[in-house]
Amino acid sequence: MTPPVIELRGVTKRFGTREVLQGIDLIVPEHHAVVVIGSSGSGKSTLLRCIDLLEEIDDGDIFLDGEVITDPRVDADSARKRMGMVFQSFNLFPHRNVLQNVTLAPTKAHRMPKSDAQAHARELLERFGLAGREHDYPDRLSGGQQQRVAIVRAIATRPRLLLLDEITSALDPELVGEVLDVVTELKHDGMTMVIATHEMEFARRVADQICFVHEGRIHEQGTPEQILNQPSTPEAQRFLRRLTDRAT
Amino acid sequence: MHSPDDRRAVRAAAARTAARRGAVIATVSSIVVIGGLIAALVLSPGWDNFQSLFLSWSNFTASFPSIFRAFWIDIKLFLIVEVAVLIVGLLVAVVRTTTSPALFPLRLLATLYVDILRGIPTILIVYLLGFGMPALYISGLPSDSLFWGGVGLTMSYSAYVGEVYRAGILSVHPSQRAAARSLGLSPTQSMRFVILPQAIRRVLPALLNDFISLQKDVALVSVLGPQEAFRVAQIYSAQTFNYTPIVAAAVLYIAVTIPMARMVDRIQRRERLSQGAGGIA
Repeated sequence: MTPPVIELRGVTKRFGTREVLQGIDLIVPEHHAVVVIGSSGSGKSTLLRCIDLLEEIDDGDIFLDGEVITDPRVDADSARKRMGMVFQSFNLFPHRNVLQNVTLAPTKAHRMPKSDAQAHARELLERFGLAGREHDYPDRLSGGQQQRVAIVRAIATRPRLLLLDEITSALDPELVGEVLDVVTELKHDGMTMVIATHEMEFARRVADQICFVHEGRIHEQGTPEQILNQPSTPEAQRFLRRLTDRAT
Repeated sequence: MHSPDDRRAVRAAAARTAARRGAVIATVSSIVVIGGLIAALVLSPGWDNFQSLFLSWSNFTASFPSIFRAFWIDIKLFLIVEVAVLIVGLLVAVVRTTTSPALFPLRLLATLYVDILRGIPTILIVYLLGFGMPALYISGLPSDSLFWGGVGLTMSYSAYVGEVYRAGILSVHPSQRAAARSLGLSPTQSMRFVILPQAIRRVLPALLNDFISLQKDVALVSVLGPQEAFRVAQIYSAQTFNYTPIVAAAVLYIAVTIPMARMVDRIQRRERLSQGAGGIA
């Protein structure tokens, strides 16, 4: 049996004395999308950053395709090369144009020939409605376009796993749709994903599994129907009620 | 009632009047201030004496050609030292901004380098190296005092320029590094392709400002004896008991630094405009 793409066992992360993640266990099989929900400060972002090894964990282990990647002897860069991450505030490189943003990692980290990297980048940009924008700098693009470029940049290296950290939270409401459509399309392609989001309808659409994170623990997990329609714990019920109140 | 056209005409006329009045005020006040300063100079009791000591045309024409030739030493030294300063300063800054524990000794050395060299007046560094290093008679090391003067200038200026670079590196938001690392770039690649290009762009005006300063400070190597512009001017003035050759050297320095200052202004303005066009993503 093939191992899951990513597996977390007892992952613990402290900032000073505050335990932000308290023993997280999570399994993401290939082609699955796991959506992580929870209030601000619950540890969603930290969880994603720990998986991408942008934060060093204090305890537990993370396995990528069955290999441990949190062992200090493992080369973190080579593990990160197999994952892609998209951030809330886009984090495009402002001094590089769209094409240069997308081809940086393929050419420098993966040593792909420049012409191949550019051809692949153009293909992806065109597919996600960014044709003709190759030579624009990020500050010439709308927030939605910037975030779509960031997604293309993250998948240009053909990662095994895509991490999406509240990628629509910094967008104007009317731009949220175009970005979520891209993610939905990637889901149809079979991309394995871990997604932190506050968009519950989107979560219902793409998630194979939803995890409700509360105070650094996975408080409840299950199918979208279970978690969103019949949350069993009072914390999850309260969180979802607050979200629906805000929406109406 | 005024029609919109009338109102536009009234506004344009008012703007023209204001512009004319501004020009008149600027002209009159310039004449008063500059004229007053010249009058104070010319009417001072020692003016005749001053004029023959500092502004003697015959002394100027006699000394200028050789000072001008000697000035090429300053220019050459400046260009070589500038390149060395940019490289050494960048190395110091990059070392100081690393965080790896293995590099702690290097970091400590870089910090000491900056602290010590910024703490000593440039002229003392030039003096100590220029006379000290040749006196060691170490085989293989040049004994030319101009060389060691250049090394002294490089050390002093790279400490300052290193701090300018470092400020630039620290001003790049940590999320840029996170984005670079998340793509699988190594720490070195993130620095080279993501952090440094943004950092250098931001500190360019400050770097150019230090260029101008260095261009003048190459005159400090005159304490070591090489016949550069200031030294040649000093020799002339000692022979003739006239200071005009020093003024001639000053004119040469100004002829280089003023165009450089205007260039810095232009780059700064361009930078401000491009920042106005959009924020950092």
